[in-house]
Amino acid sequence: MDNVITRALTNLGHRVTSRIRRLGFASRFFAMTLVYSGTALKRFNLTIREIYFTGVLSLIIILVSGLFVGMVLGLQGYDTLQRYGSSEALGILVALSLVRELGPVVAALLFASRAGSAITAEIGLMKATEQLSAMEMMAVNPIARVVAPRFWAGIISMPLLAALFSAMGIFGGYLVGVQLIGVDEGSFWSQMQASVDFREDIVNGVIKSFVFGVVVTWIAVFEGYDSEPTAEGVSGATTRTVVTSSLAILAADFVLTAFMFRGV
Amino acid sequence: MSGEPLVEIRNLNFSYDGRPVLTGINMVIPRGKVVAIMGQSGCGKTTTLRLIGGQLKPTSGHVKVAGQVVHDLDDDGLYRLRRRMGMLFQFGALFTDMSVFDNVAFQLREHTDLPEDLIRDLVMMKLHAVGLRGAHRLMPSELSGGMARRVALARAIALDPMLIMYDEPFAGLDPISLSIIGELIRTLTQALGASSVVVTHDVQESLKIVDYVYFVSAGRIVAEGTAEDIRRSDAPYVHQFVWGEADGPVPFQYPAPAYADQILPGRALHG
Repeated sequence: MDNVITRALTNLGHRVTSRIRRLGFASRFFAMTLVYSGTALKRFNLTIREIYFTGVLSLIIILVSGLFVGMVLGLQGYDTLQRYGSSEALGILVALSLVRELGPVVAALLFASRAGSAITAEIGLMKATEQLSAMEMMAVNPIARVVAPRFWAGIISMPLLAALFSAMGIFGGYLVGVQLIGVDEGSFWSQMQASVDFREDIVNGVIKSFVFGVVVTWIAVFEGYDSEPTAEGVSGATTRTVVTSSLAILAADFVLTAFMFRGV
Repeated sequence: MSGEPLVEIRNLNFSYDGRPVLTGINMVIPRGKVVAIMGQSGCGKTTTLRLIGGQLKPTSGHVKVAGQVVHDLDDDGLYRLRRRMGMLFQFGALFTDMSVFDNVAFQLREHTDLPEDLIRDLVMMKLHAVGLRGAHRLMPSELSGGMARRVALARAIALDPMLIMYDEPFAGLDPISLSIIGELIRTLTQALGASSVVVTHDVQESLKIVDYVYFVSAGRIVAEGTAEDIRRSDAPYVHQFVWGEADGPVPFQYPAPAYADQILPGRALHG
């Protein structure tokens, strides 16, 4: 019995220390990525190329999802608001929901599944096929040449994608609310303009999407770089990127929201 | 073996997770020579290459390249040294998102400020040397195994290195590609005035091109000599390896309990 308890405690201790060690390595990796970002910023064409792969190629899923989320918001929002006779406020509801919350969060979740998983798989496969080792042996630092451009591309792309998601969502809400249901077009736009505050709503939404961009891309590049160089290892790392990023986005969203809107 | 040493390995020990991988290794690789490190899979050959390239640090002993102790160098010093080394990885390790041309141009673009038209000329010269000038537009996915290995070789010699390391250059190649790679290793070493270290278990092909051989087994050097010495050797391990015998000092059977104990009726089969 004593043996079983000792073994269980040893296993638990081993798991905890290995998690802490991995977190420490991830933090060191983050610091090294920042230190070696000179190449990514000096040779910005490397980063632009990655912006195409992470940002531009994510546009379709972001725009289509944004449109549908906005259309659903239009339907649900109208159904609730018309009970209180304030269906003209539909524009405010759609815009604030998207700009403050749904835009950054849903765009980041989609970004993690589409671009984050692709980044992890690509770096993981580069490691498995010794491309990263080859780079090291050619006196080229893989963190500077491979990781940093992808990291900055993710950070730059994420707020832009979130803004496009929100814009498409507002357009979806307009299509359903104004064109389909018949809410007054003037009220829809004027109330939205009057109620959405640039600093409180827009800037805070951009800050959120920037933070999510950092979190998702950091997790994606780290999981790829730290993956086991086997098919199973890369597959596991890709799954971990999506799961960990999604949880991190939701947790960070709560913390940021608590700080940003506590006085409202 | 005569000649000024380019690589010197003295009393090298390397352990991984407390398990000894290399024990008491002493090697010399002279300038302008082709030296092979042979041995069965997992005996520590590739580890030796990684120690020479500074990707691993020895537990004790030292590795000197061009008079510099590799593991004492800082990052900048190590990267400066690596610019004078080339390495051919087992399956080429070509960058899959770049064309053949861009793969070979990679180091020239990263480490020099040469104008693009000069880089183009240099890349074409390197590709011509490996017989693939006409394939410069192809992507790595369009190449056969042998072609990929030759492109990787052109990339490894892009900066005219003083030391070229080959990790299993013959693995998985058809006889024609195998002989082309063997010939290229010999001719490029001479043309560049470089030294070559070939890690391989392909005995017959490598004995045709090497000046000296180190045989490694279980992390120790068990035999060394010229190609002729190795062919004539009567050391049991070398004999088994060179002539490809299934049983010998390297047993056919994985360690197991007595055969009779496992197959006789009434005994536990999984004991």
